[in-house]
Amino acid sequence: MSFLSCFISGISLGSIYAIIALGYTMVYGIAKMLNFAHGDIIMVGAFAAYTIVSTLGMPPILGVLAAVAVCTLLGVTVEKVAYKPLRGASSLAVLITAIGVSYLLQNLALLIFSANPKKFQSVVNLPALKLAGGELSISAVTIVTVLTCVVVMVCLTSFINKTKKGQAMLAVSEDRGAATLMGINVNGTIALTFAIGSALAAVAGVLYCSAYDTLNPYIGSMPGIKAFTAAVFGGIGSIPGAFIGGIILGIIEQLAKKYISSQLADAIVFAVLIIVLLVRPTGILGKKIHEKV
Amino acid sequence: MRRFVGLGLAVAMAASLTACGGGNATDATTAGTEAKADAEDAGGNAGGAEPGDAFRIGMIGPLTGDAAAYGLGVRNAIELAINEVNEAGGMNGFQVEYNPQDDEHDPEKAVNAYNTLKDWDMQILIGAVTSKPCIAVSAESASDNLFQITPSGSAVECISEPNVFRVCFSDPDQGKASAQYISENKLATKIGVIYDSSTEYSTGILESFQAEAQAVGLEVVAEEAFTADNATDFSVQIDNCKEAGAELLFMPFYYTEASTVLKQCADKEYAPIFFGVDGMDGILSVKNFDTSLAEGVMLLTPFSADEAGSQAFVEAYKAAYNDVPNQFAADAYDAVYAVKAAIEQAKITPDMSASDICDAMKVAMTEITIDGLTGSDMTWTEEGEPNKEPKAAKIENGVYVMQ
Repeated sequence: MSFLSCFISGISLGSIYAIIALGYTMVYGIAKMLNFAHGDIIMVGAFAAYTIVSTLGMPPILGVLAAVAVCTLLGVTVEKVAYKPLRGASSLAVLITAIGVSYLLQNLALLIFSANPKKFQSVVNLPALKLAGGELSISAVTIVTVLTCVVVMVCLTSFINKTKKGQAMLAVSEDRGAATLMGINVNGTIALTFAIGSALAAVAGVLYCSAYDTLNPYIGSMPGIKAFTAAVFGGIGSIPGAFIGGIILGIIEQLAKKYISSQLADAIVFAVLIIVLLVRPTGILGKKIHEKV
Repeated sequence: MRRFVGLGLAVAMAASLTACGGGNATDATTAGTEAKADAEDAGGNAGGAEPGDAFRIGMIGPLTGDAAAYGLGVRNAIELAINEVNEAGGMNGFQVEYNPQDDEHDPEKAVNAYNTLKDWDMQILIGAVTSKPCIAVSAESASDNLFQITPSGSAVECISEPNVFRVCFSDPDQGKASAQYISENKLATKIGVIYDSSTEYSTGILESFQAEAQAVGLEVVAEEAFTADNATDFSVQIDNCKEAGAELLFMPFYYTEASTVLKQCADKEYAPIFFGVDGMDGILSVKNFDTSLAEGVMLLTPFSADEAGSQAFVEAYKAAYNDVPNQFAADAYDAVYAVKAAIEQAKITPDMSASDICDAMKVAMTEITIDGLTGSDMTWTEEGEPNKEPKAAKIENGVYVMQ
């Protein structure tokens, strides 16, 4: 029973990683850049929802919508201001810029909301699901997060495969130059990718803070890195891979905490990542890349 | 890791502040500042007495800046105590002069303040209030062989010099005191511990707690760690404590994480006795925190303005400074009476040199016993650590109730 309960807490942690990883993998898969500021966009989303729900006393659903709106706008703006001018630059320059944006967002939040810890009121106010006579309990946030992940995954996959815009994204991801020649608006497509990725980040932020009630300007950092790991684990660029990677990462982390050492949990998670990458360099669901010689 | 360095530094800074006693940092008032000016007129100008006619006691602490609430509490409480002592006939029959100096919670400024006080012919120093300045000043006072007692410098290194004593518990001693308190009051025998393995504060308390727990027959059934980077999900740690049958959960870390742990315990319907140390002080002030979750939480704190035994002090302090004293003030008030007791024990007179006074005080401090605000039957070891009964408060209806 204690194993199952640990397993369930792993799924609930993993579902949070998964929903963040979806945004990461989407931006990487299409724009081919690591948006290290993704974790901080999550934080901004959480603060937006906090402001609407706790400070202004509006209903939670408005908080979620406001978070999505703010983050979409922020994502597109960041892309326009910070990343677009570097389209031709080396990927290292873009990476450093992303780190800069990450710090900027953290410090702005610090300035506006101060470092004092705040408690986030969960937007999911449903009772936990009790199984096995109350010995196992699955919180409502976990269920909502997993369902959201699945819905997002299905929507994203069909959007990319079935719509014109989605096909444009695939084309941009495969060959930017050729896509331009085919008349695809590369900048517009990348901006759209950032908009979707950031909207996902907003949802992730709200769910993350609903599950773990703490809110401060740094909450995005560690989940951001873990979710990135999850995305690499599942095969970066692959949407179902991000979901599977996130869930597996969460389960490994909680099991390691329980059965090996609560101190070494993080070390074990990253050790597993290294092993997976040694065996399967492209991650669990990553595509094999054939280099043409 | 890059982005955590800054965070780490910020946390360390906050930690070093709170670690000095974790007091109520909220109540610095302008009334205190006005009183300061008066105090400097009275004390700083030496009241016209010649050196040798009266004891000269200096004080160093943050009277301005972020940590001012701590320093002002200490300065006011010392002044209050010295006025009482002088009215009642002084220390060993001699009046006491008092000179407080500001260090802005900065080690370098603390040393400057120390030199200012030396020029004033200070004989005994009460300070510094916060740990880092205290460590810097103790190096100076040790080379001068000048007696120093810090009310609230809780870092281990604060009293590593032989001439320095302290009133508050050291950080790790809180672990020992917690184990003693739990055992003496028979709160529980099976203890679960969750601690922050990434801070010295938390691991230090844990180590001394374990050692003492073994000595007094408490069984630590679960010992679970988390790190600053991983302080959101405590479900596995809580489950492990619950399954091990822990009746009391010892939480030697800060109130920010504690509030999350309390929430997750409530979600899991796990309700042991929650026991924290001074880092828990502040939990009621977390924004948007459901304070009903903290109902029944116990924490080690030497002083509460609500307790019956301290009402005379609290009233006098309120009347003089229009403010409620915090635990730093209580520590400082006790420091003055400890100095008085030691001076009378060793029959020290103001015409002795600071170095001679220090030698006599070092011995006398280990011989005295005083009943103070922060503990009854307080004694001191040769190393300068206090021995006193640990006191705990319990949160009831959103306020601290001393046990």
